[in-house]
Amino acid sequence: MIERPETAVPSIAQRNLEGYVGFANLPNQVYRKSVKRGFEFTLMVVGESGLGKSTLINSLFLTDLYSKDYPGPSQRIKKTVQVEQSKVLIKEGGVQLTLTIVDTPGFGDAVDNSNCWQPVINYIDSKCEDFLNAESRVNRRSMPDNRVHCCLYFIAPSGHGLKPLDIEFMKRLHDKVNVIPLIAKADTLTPEECQLFKKQIMKEIQEHKIKIYEFPDTEDDDDNKLIRKIKEKMPLAVVGSNVVIEVNGKKVRGRQYPWGVAEVENGEHCDFTVLRNMLIRTHMQDLKDVTNNVHYENYRSKKLAAVTCNGVDTSKTKGQLTKSPLAQMEEERREHVMKMKKMEAEMEQVFEMKVKEKKQKLKDSEAELERRHEQMKRNLEAQYKELEEKRRVFEEEKANWEAQQRILEQQKLDASKTMEKNKKKGKIF
Amino acid sequence: RADRPHGHGLSSSHNSSGGSTLLGYIGIDTIIEQMRKKTMKTGFDFNIMVVGHSGLGKSTLVNTLFKSHVSRKSAGWARDEKIPKTVEIKAVSHVIEEGGVKMKLTVVDTPGFGDQINNDNCWEPISKYINEQYEKFLKEEVNITRKKRIPDTRVHCCIYFISPTGHFLRQLDTEFMKRLSHSVNIIPVIAKADTMTLEERQEFKQRVRKELEVSGIEFYPQKEFDEDMEDKSDNDKIREAMPFAVVGSDKEYQVNGKRVLGRKTAWGIVEVENPNHCEFAQLRDFLIRSHLQDLKEVTHNIHYETYRAKRLNENGEYYNQ
Repeated sequence: MIERPETAVPSIAQRNLEGYVGFANLPNQVYRKSVKRGFEFTLMVVGESGLGKSTLINSLFLTDLYSKDYPGPSQRIKKTVQVEQSKVLIKEGGVQLTLTIVDTPGFGDAVDNSNCWQPVINYIDSKCEDFLNAESRVNRRSMPDNRVHCCLYFIAPSGHGLKPLDIEFMKRLHDKVNVIPLIAKADTLTPEECQLFKKQIMKEIQEHKIKIYEFPDTEDDDDNKLIRKIKEKMPLAVVGSNVVIEVNGKKVRGRQYPWGVAEVENGEHCDFTVLRNMLIRTHMQDLKDVTNNVHYENYRSKKLAAVTCNGVDTSKTKGQLTKSPLAQMEEERREHVMKMKKMEAEMEQVFEMKVKEKKQKLKDSEAELERRHEQMKRNLEAQYKELEEKRRVFEEEKANWEAQQRILEQQKLDASKTMEKNKKKGKIF
Repeated sequence: RADRPHGHGLSSSHNSSGGSTLLGYIGIDTIIEQMRKKTMKTGFDFNIMVVGHSGLGKSTLVNTLFKSHVSRKSAGWARDEKIPKTVEIKAVSHVIEEGGVKMKLTVVDTPGFGDQINNDNCWEPISKYINEQYEKFLKEEVNITRKKRIPDTRVHCCIYFISPTGHFLRQLDTEFMKRLSHSVNIIPVIAKADTMTLEERQEFKQRVRKELEVSGIEFYPQKEFDEDMEDKSDNDKIREAMPFAVVGSDKEYQVNGKRVLGRKTAWGIVEVENPNHCEFAQLRDFLIRSHLQDLKEVTHNIHYETYRAKRLNENGEYYNQ
């Protein structure tokens, strides 16, 4: 895992210049170029409904992102978690900012909230993947950066501590995006309750080893003091409002209660100004850098390592993550070709064997047929002989019978002759 | 309320229904006094249940209602206990006394309700507890040798705390109330009302009331149990104002020379008992000063009887088979 890069220790000797060269103007050139290009920033807000996310966005950027014509997610009840994106173009002092707000209506609102963080994770990963694909393309002319640069997580002001849902969500997202926890609707808490609550939350965050966005140390001492002050106030307790109320002759943004007005921009009432300064005025670029250098690189290395591990023996690739993809591809191709050759040889062998078998079978059946043929012939001859025998016997019998018949005839004739004689003799009597 | 017999006023009234006009003072109306004395001696029980997910100020509100520390606040989970994995039912009893009247107050807390990631069926332990109390009472009633006074542990009132999101009721809220509004008196309140400005409060209340109507949830005071026109008009006014948006506190501050219960913020002090700031006073009057006995009666006559009829019918079917 890549950790935040530390400032490089200069190992090259520094030389003093003898005249004015002019490269001190470099930052201005960079500045002018980037102003022309415009900036992009994607901010994600996550939290249960009714915590004032839309109001806070409107207050931070002084626009009505969600107005009466385009009602935000707060006006609709969601049954499942959705991820919605709205883009707004803000111009100020010649600098142009394309602000994308990603909202997650329905988060934590159902009775069963298991895996309600999954759509959020899927969204962040898909944006990183889009950027990865755009980076790997041949034609890289336009690379829109839609990665989520910052995720504001809204904690309900219960005054007790983090809920199990809060802890689960932050644990799963702290290594994918910069997470900044905020205490929403901070005008619910008195200053003492707020202090206790903040301490409790920070303790629980450390207990669960959640890595929230950390402010980088700068070399400037004054800046460092400011940063330390901000760190002490984490998580920031915010109040949002775009309604302008008059207090002591001044027009301020705030919320009107019967017992007083809670001013949004008053440092003693809430930490809204701290959040705004931090998010927009000082650390916007750092958030983008951390997203690019740390979270995106983590995603990229994980994704690419998974791709190269497929199809190759995993035990071999343990130390080969740094190999260039081209060499990897060559190796793969060679392996593939070898595999093909082996398969071809095997198939030939199998074919030969099959042919031999078939021949053998044919021979066998031929012999078998011959044998049968012989046998049938012999049978036929035997039958023929039998028949002959039978005929002979029959002829004999016939001859015998005929002879007997003749004898009988003869006897009959003789008998009738004698009868005649006897008759004639008889008549004489 | 009558503390002394009217005496002469009664004997000279000729419009007593049908019966003979009284020729002297008998003293029937002292029965009210006798009942009062009896009640004071025996004292009475009241069981209240608070339901809502953690951090909505349930314990603070109960302490404020009864002006004493009857509910232990859990100021931080890490101190002695973790968020329980299932809903637990904790009942704590105290005896408080006021004006000679003793009340045994039992507060039933439900830590862990709605706090998990998956809150399916988290109302089941609560439903089971309520039915167990009815069962206990039924067993005692059905006994051959009954106790003189059956200890009443049935839940008379369930205060459900709605989170002040300002938008809609949560799914968990409607599910819970739908399932339990037929076995116990539910009083929904909007917790931590100092989160919202007055306009936001009104809008939220309207929306919540409409949603409750659409889901068919009958909260206390239920329309079907209004006995007469007077009751109906009183209760209608209360129903219009519900759910009450409350703020609880047990700390006192000095405001305009008076000591009041409140919450001190950087821009002002929220007075708990000021009707312009929140509706706590209304809730307290409704709950304790006018409808306490009614809550008990509805629980006994209606909810308990429903349970009893169901149980006896089940048993009857079993025997008839």
